[in-house]
Amino acid sequence: MQWEPVIGLEIHAQLATRSKIFSSASTAYGAAPNTQACAVDLGLPGVLPVLNRNAVRMAIKLGLAIGATVVTHSVFARKNYFYPDLPKGYQISQYELPVVKGGHLRIEPDGEVAQEVGVTRAHLEEDAGKSLHEDFHGLSGIDLNRAGTPLLEIVSEPDMRSAAQAVAYMKKLHTLVRYLEICDGNMQEGSFRCDANVSVRKKGQTTFGIRAEIKNLNSFRYVERAINYEIERQADVLEAGGKVVQETRLYDSQRDETRPMRSKEEANDYRYFPDPDLLPVEITAELIEELRLELPELPDEKRQRFVADYALSSYDAGILTASREMADYFEKTLEHSAVQPKLAANWMMGELSALLNKQAMSIVDSPIGPERLGGLLKRIADQTISGKIAKQVFESMWAVDETADEIIEARGLKQITDRSTIETLIDEVINASSQQLEQYRAGKDKVFGYFVGQVMRRSKGKANPAQVNEILRRKLKE
Amino acid sequence: MHSKTITELSMALGRGEFSSEELTRYYLDRISRFNAALNTFITVTPDIALGAARKADERIRLGKAGPLTGIPIAQKDIFCSNGVKTTCGSKMLDNFVSPYDASVIERFSQAGAVMVGKTNMDEFAMGSSNETSYYGPVRNPWDSDRVPGGSSGGSAAAVAGRLVPGATGTDTGGSIRQPASFCGVTGLKPTYGLVSRYGMIAFASSLDQAGPFARTAEDCALLLSTMAGFDARDSTSIDLQIPDYRAGLGKPLAGLRIGLPTEYFGEGFDPGVIEAIEQALTVYEALGCELKEIHLPNLPLSVPVYYVVAPAECSSNLARYDGVRFGHRCEDPCDLEDMYKRSRGEGFGAEVKRRVMIGTYTLSAGYYDAYYLKAQKIRRLISDDFRRAFQDVDVIMGPTSPTTAFRLGDKMDDPITMYLSDINTIAVNLAGLPGLSIPAGLVQGLPVGLQIIGNYFTEQSLLNLADHFQRETDWHARVPQGFE
Amino acid sequence: MPLNTEDVKKIAHLARLAIKEEDVHLYVKNLSDILNFAEQMNGVDTQGVTPMAHPQDATQRLREDKVTEPDQRERFQHIAPATESGLYLVPRVIE
Repeated sequence: MQWEPVIGLEIHAQLATRSKIFSSASTAYGAAPNTQACAVDLGLPGVLPVLNRNAVRMAIKLGLAIGATVVTHSVFARKNYFYPDLPKGYQISQYELPVVKGGHLRIEPDGEVAQEVGVTRAHLEEDAGKSLHEDFHGLSGIDLNRAGTPLLEIVSEPDMRSAAQAVAYMKKLHTLVRYLEICDGNMQEGSFRCDANVSVRKKGQTTFGIRAEIKNLNSFRYVERAINYEIERQADVLEAGGKVVQETRLYDSQRDETRPMRSKEEANDYRYFPDPDLLPVEITAELIEELRLELPELPDEKRQRFVADYALSSYDAGILTASREMADYFEKTLEHSAVQPKLAANWMMGELSALLNKQAMSIVDSPIGPERLGGLLKRIADQTISGKIAKQVFESMWAVDETADEIIEARGLKQITDRSTIETLIDEVINASSQQLEQYRAGKDKVFGYFVGQVMRRSKGKANPAQVNEILRRKLKE
Repeated sequence: MHSKTITELSMALGRGEFSSEELTRYYLDRISRFNAALNTFITVTPDIALGAARKADERIRLGKAGPLTGIPIAQKDIFCSNGVKTTCGSKMLDNFVSPYDASVIERFSQAGAVMVGKTNMDEFAMGSSNETSYYGPVRNPWDSDRVPGGSSGGSAAAVAGRLVPGATGTDTGGSIRQPASFCGVTGLKPTYGLVSRYGMIAFASSLDQAGPFARTAEDCALLLSTMAGFDARDSTSIDLQIPDYRAGLGKPLAGLRIGLPTEYFGEGFDPGVIEAIEQALTVYEALGCELKEIHLPNLPLSVPVYYVVAPAECSSNLARYDGVRFGHRCEDPCDLEDMYKRSRGEGFGAEVKRRVMIGTYTLSAGYYDAYYLKAQKIRRLISDDFRRAFQDVDVIMGPTSPTTAFRLGDKMDDPITMYLSDINTIAVNLAGLPGLSIPAGLVQGLPVGLQIIGNYFTEQSLLNLADHFQRETDWHARVPQGFE
Repeated sequence: MPLNTEDVKKIAHLARLAIKEEDVHLYVKNLSDILNFAEQMNGVDTQGVTPMAHPQDATQRLREDKVTEPDQRERFQHIAPATESGLYLVPRVIE
């Protein structure tokens, strides 16, 4: 039997505000436990929430970036449930009237055709604290520093049909929130998390199957693995004539499997109702326009522009616009070198990326900035050095803070293009290799390579290879 | 000294007739003499009080005193007070020493007032008789077998027994006005949003509002001027200029239109109470006011609406009492659920449990629309009734409570009759309007309260109306036997 | 009676309230009385009436995104039932 997966994602993006969504405590990551949990975050008796302006502005920006409707009259509601990392016994969230409705993202999964994924809604809510399970003599420890950190929960339509599509969607959103600078996208720190709703159905069936919600997916790889595992699990259940139960499951990355969450076993009744401590949020047309003007050039626009203005392939443009930093680096390099964009693209995607990856560095802390890389590319373009030499120069530049020209000068790496110099070199080689000359003249063409090698060695690799070939052929015929 | 009003005490302090320290010691002494019998205080704070009194005397000496500087005040134990046990009348918070001050507490200390203690109240302000307090019922100074009303019964009784010249309360469904009525004192519930709720332990957030108790409207004006004002920490706090309420007193009343809702004089009302109120109304007629009969057709629904809305909000507001970060935690819980259930089961009393369960039920899947949403719609109708009424009249008057103070235990085992005793006060909270209760007579030796309801932010004219009445009558000056 | 023993037990569980077995019947009666009492509301036609969640129809005021809260962990944990190395301790949390 052929099974078709149906996937929808709920992505929680921690908004990059300084203070929390309803209190003035810091949101900085990594502080000592409970040192950033103020009276409001702790839900002490009598405290009240006051909404952070910046959180609202960031939510609106995302709405504008995905072509959604910004809801001008949205309401905060209480989601009631008991959990030790939820101090008030309810989470302030949005239910019937979220701040963002509708919208869509265009994705291009590797090896699949591009498609649109619908976004149902995006709503503001407060994050919960953390339960630490390492053993405190049989007890758990609660750290509420994260409690009250602003979250934007972005809920997709069940539009995806493969793990690859889900990952592409998640990556696209990840790129977008960083372009908008509303989320740092740090997945290790949990700033960008994902819950996946997965169900399967017979190919051709139009109704949805029963879904499981997989929680706690904090890397692209886990999303892919967890979804694939879940698709197989559900297919097996159905193949065996069983029924999939609607439940919340947890992905265990060690075992690479999903299992039911015990804490969520009982069907929850969240008893949502409008939070009486908070009034409806009015968003004016003026504010929306103000924020529209603040929007940066978005990934898709930038990518199209790179294809159009720099004659790059869509694939190259995609890689170079994957992050704002990468794209900026590329354009600065061109400013400083005015070389063929393709040359700059190749070096960034080749040598530069290779060294950055090797040292697990991001483009922003690259020891070689756009200006120095541009300087190097100029010398390749004007033939001062060959591509081979350029690689040596690049490696030295990585180690020492010198320009390409300084290194070329100091090490005398300048390419030899002067005819007479090259001819002298060649004559020396020919005179010193009468035996090989015999063989060549006797028709052994491959000995030609030997002569080239000798000439290059004598020139310490600096002789212009094209000229060497051309002159050598002529002289050997004489 | 205890026969003086705040206004009189303030002048005496200014003239140096006695120091705030002397005054404070005098009242602390009265408290230790009478509190055992009345049970009005959960916590008395002599050291804090005397410290504040000495500071106040210094301020007076330097001529930097305000009208409340050096005046002993009792705070309802619903206001968080830094470093002081704050129980909200519940075992749940019996061990809770607040790490911060409520806005109301802050404002009083900035004004130089002297907090002498925290007053007894119904548990989490849920009650109309003060009998749900974990610390035992408060006794009514007019008759120790009777309740002082609730939930702010401790504050009302303390003022009535002259244990303090003024006190604070909170009013979610009548919790200031009804005890004021039962104890023969003046109590004001301001417009929702006038006094900050920050640090005031929540019962029903869309209804709760803090206000003052004192013997006279003039004193209430002084207290309100200190309590009221914008607070950035409360999203529902209204940002507007607060007038000097006392300066607004004395304005003539001639031509003022007083609405008398037929629904406020309905059946089930004690005839003695009705008679006293009608007597009181003649005073206003004599002052040139015009009495008009009006209708608030949806008013009878206010009780069922309230007992859906308030429990719904409280079921959520009280979820934070889980034994994790503060408050009561049960002995060695075997697991999380056990900790939650026993901590809350042991920490909350029967009435609180009832309301939490009602609220949990009316918000739960399948019942939300029939109960909570329906109630919020009728709430709109009730508030529209008032809006319409205020197009024809300037204020609305009626009895604060259908009866005088009832006997301890009378209504404890019948929640519904207890709830019905709030019939005249609840609608005001649902609409968020200001309301005030003043002593307007005695029936069989028990005080009767006249309720004056105004349009939004008309505290000034409510106090003015009350003040005029108190210039014409002396009900507010009557002292319960044994407390002269 | 709108509620039976089972309902009351379910509600008590949802609200995380331990109630004594012998009190259950009393809660069944009290809660049912209150719900019956609330039934009066059904008589009212509320077609097209906007629910009233707040006394004022004001809108939410927004706060500047500034950090002003100092670390007060010690003060706050001083009143906590159980803490260790800065954490609040609770019976084991099982996910």
